[in-house]
Amino acid sequence: MTVIDAPPAQVPDELSPQRGRWHRVRPFLPLVALAVLAILPYSTMSLPGIFEGPVNSPGTLQLLAICLIFGGLAAGYDLLFGRTGMLSFGHALYFAAGVYGTDILVTRAGLPLWQAALLTITGGTILAALLGAVALRTVGIAFAMVTLAFAQVGAILVARDFGGLTGGEEGLPLDVSGLPAGLVGVTNTVNLYWLALAYLTLVVFVVHRVSGSPTGRVLAGLRDDERRIGVLGLDPYRYKLVAFTLAGGLASAGGVVYVLIVGGASPHITSSELTLSLLVMVVLGGPGTRWGPVLGGVLYMYLDHRLTAFGTSDAVDNLPAFLSHPLSQPLFVLGTVFILAVYFFPGGLTSLAPRLSHLTRSLRPPR
Amino acid sequence: MGTVILLALTGLGLAALYFLVASGLSLVFGLADVLNFAHGLFLGVGAYGTWWAAGNLPGAGPDGFGFVLAVAFGVAAGTLVAILVELVLIRPLYSRTIEQVLVTVGLSLAGVALLQATWGADARTFPRPDWTRQVTGILGAQVPNGGLLLIVAAVLVLGAILAFLRWTRYGLVIRAGVENREMVTALGIDVRKAFTLVFAIGGAAAALAGALGGVYFGTVSPGQGGSLLIFAFIVVVIGGMGSVIGSAYAAVVVGLVQQFVNYYGTSGLGDICVVGLLAVVLLLRPQGIAGKVATA
Repeated sequence: MTVIDAPPAQVPDELSPQRGRWHRVRPFLPLVALAVLAILPYSTMSLPGIFEGPVNSPGTLQLLAICLIFGGLAAGYDLLFGRTGMLSFGHALYFAAGVYGTDILVTRAGLPLWQAALLTITGGTILAALLGAVALRTVGIAFAMVTLAFAQVGAILVARDFGGLTGGEEGLPLDVSGLPAGLVGVTNTVNLYWLALAYLTLVVFVVHRVSGSPTGRVLAGLRDDERRIGVLGLDPYRYKLVAFTLAGGLASAGGVVYVLIVGGASPHITSSELTLSLLVMVVLGGPGTRWGPVLGGVLYMYLDHRLTAFGTSDAVDNLPAFLSHPLSQPLFVLGTVFILAVYFFPGGLTSLAPRLSHLTRSLRPPR
Repeated sequence: MGTVILLALTGLGLAALYFLVASGLSLVFGLADVLNFAHGLFLGVGAYGTWWAAGNLPGAGPDGFGFVLAVAFGVAAGTLVAILVELVLIRPLYSRTIEQVLVTVGLSLAGVALLQATWGADARTFPRPDWTRQVTGILGAQVPNGGLLLIVAAVLVLGAILAFLRWTRYGLVIRAGVENREMVTALGIDVRKAFTLVFAIGGAAAALAGALGGVYFGTVSPGQGGSLLIFAFIVVVIGGMGSVIGSAYAAVVVGLVQQFVNYYGTSGLGDICVVGLLAVVLLLRPQGIAGKVATA
């Protein structure tokens, strides 16, 4: 079985005296963050350089909503990679099932949104259960390859447009005539933003509850030593299938929200590159931690969008060609940062804070 | 009858392309346990190296001996990149499999983006000798010469790799390393030198696939390697990881199935059949057609 580095053990609180004042506030920080994010659309603050318009402009809100969705997707993927130690390369499939399922049921079949969403999430979960049941017959790298191949089938099905359902290469714009009025139109972007925030909250809550439950302990055990779980009389296959199905269901729910925000489906979301970027998000943020994957997902999507603007800005254009051309490719920058992250901060962004505090403590003169 | 022969030969051409990519992947995985996502990058470097050399390198050109020189330059570039990747990025993470996979994932994203930044996202016309555009009549079928060239090249590469593995000392070390790496290390042989060698061989084969694939398709684009890579992965798993012969058999099966089903069924159905084949093989015989058990 492949050895995966466990996240560093939590330092017992009595050993970190500096945290005394923060300690009492800490459990409430997520709620504070949620409240801030929820009232953010009421702010007309303008952050030049970070966002193009004021915070409550539709463009900025849409970008933020996409970031939140991918934060949630990364958190769901972390249930597989960081918490159970399964390296799946096919997670994009369940997300794409959510996106295309909703789109096809609403646009082609004319169902109301709530029915389409319910059917899609159920379908996506069943799909994950079925494919997981086959793929989990293999372990390790072979598992990665089988999930990759399944996701590739999804990509082919979408691209070849069997039965004229998916719109092929051009994608399928969402037919908004049957949707609730509050979710349609530029002025209602704020509702979509709240929907995305609700999705992120749901995923974080579910992942948190699952990893704290007895099942979560078994999953962590599977990550650390699968054979030992087997010796304890628990069936690894069953637990892994539960995690895989749950993660697939969460991803397809994310797809439902995503299709509303973007207003259609395009074939690039079925590509294996999306799964690879999910992996990048989780590793950048910190696998197996509560906030790391969310942070990684939000930051990755933000950079992916903003680096395009940064790449065409004057500051980059004035550089010599051998620098400006690669810097105008977001994936080049992100890929390089990712490689550096694997080498120099393996625990991701969330491991930076404890590391820095160690550094500052050792630099401070002894009392 | 002509159609069947044409489909068989173009299928074999496709199989040759898969084999050139998969043989290196299979050896790298068998020996070093690295699932190399950056293999598509080596292919891209080979294709763009050939394309660049044909236009800019003195003596090289799109025809005759100049073309051979251009391909040689592309293959050399691919090999060099593969060796550098192994020495600089993979070696420091020795025996940490997941991190190695992650690094190659990052490399595949950044590398393709770099190719795109340098030469643009659009496909470029590939320089190719005139005779590769023509067709040869074989038993009533008009077969494109580019495909035949691929088949000949793949057979030569297969022969060369097998001869190398069977009759040289380094080949022996590689074969023994695939079988049991710890034992080889315990006998006092530095397996890591063999890793570099295997990366070089794989990089060269992939770069050759890039150059000849460019001839076959007529164009070269940054994303070409990625789409071939997924089928190469499938070939490696079906063939059995670490087995070159297994990869060859699997490549032939995958290429033929894809070509015939895509022709007689709907377009795209062949690709799906291949994945179905993969699922069946994994369920019935997880270790592949030949080779060691396909687990981490």
